[in-house]
Amino acid sequence: MLSLYDGALDVPKILKEWYEEEAQSNYGAYIPFVGTVRSEDGIDGLSFDIYEPILESWFDTWQQKAKEKGAIIKMAHSRGDVLLHESSYISAVFSPKRRVALEFIDEFVEDFKASAPIWKYDLKDGQRIYAKDRSTAIKGSGILGAKQ
Amino acid sequence: MVRVEFLGPIQKDALEVEISNLNELAAILQEDKELTEWLQNSAVAVNDTIVNSLDVALKDGDKISLLPPVCGG
Repeated sequence: MLSLYDGALDVPKILKEWYEEEAQSNYGAYIPFVGTVRSEDGIDGLSFDIYEPILESWFDTWQQKAKEKGAIIKMAHSRGDVLLHESSYISAVFSPKRRVALEFIDEFVEDFKASAPIWKYDLKDGQRIYAKDRSTAIKGSGILGAKQ
Repeated sequence: MVRVEFLGPIQKDALEVEISNLNELAAILQEDKELTEWLQNSAVAVNDTIVNSLDVALKDGDKISLLPPVCGG
């Protein structure tokens, strides 16, 4: 399940909803990861653009990988502005046993950072500045720039 | 016509171009000096599937997206 929200995530509500959705599903482990905007470099917050068609297909591929391990993943992300100490990202893995979920959440979040089509901007002094130095080129990037 | 969209921080309006493959698109976009850095670091999707090579035939109505470096979370 992939959910996108305008602005900050309501963390307690989302974690509770996910917990309740799977409470009777016989999963032994529920491992959530919550990303919170920290105060650093004088920013007022972060802002996000998302390209939904490719995010959805990327997520579906991961859901299929999870299914092969008897697990499921859930993910929520913000669009637009998220201020300091608010949250923009939650993902969680539910699995029969803890080891699968602990390993899977690590692998999933790493690929999320490297591949999910989401762009981050710093909100600073009333401006929205692309976080270029913290961004990662998607695998296969640069083909249009190669000299013919 | 093929539609070309520039996503995220690339501040450029979509283009409609008459091309039949990605090599032709590369030649057109390389003329635009403002795009030089984005072409080096962006991924390319054809109809919302990322491609790893320019050897892709295009047809009327296809959509190409340029995806610059990402940072979710």
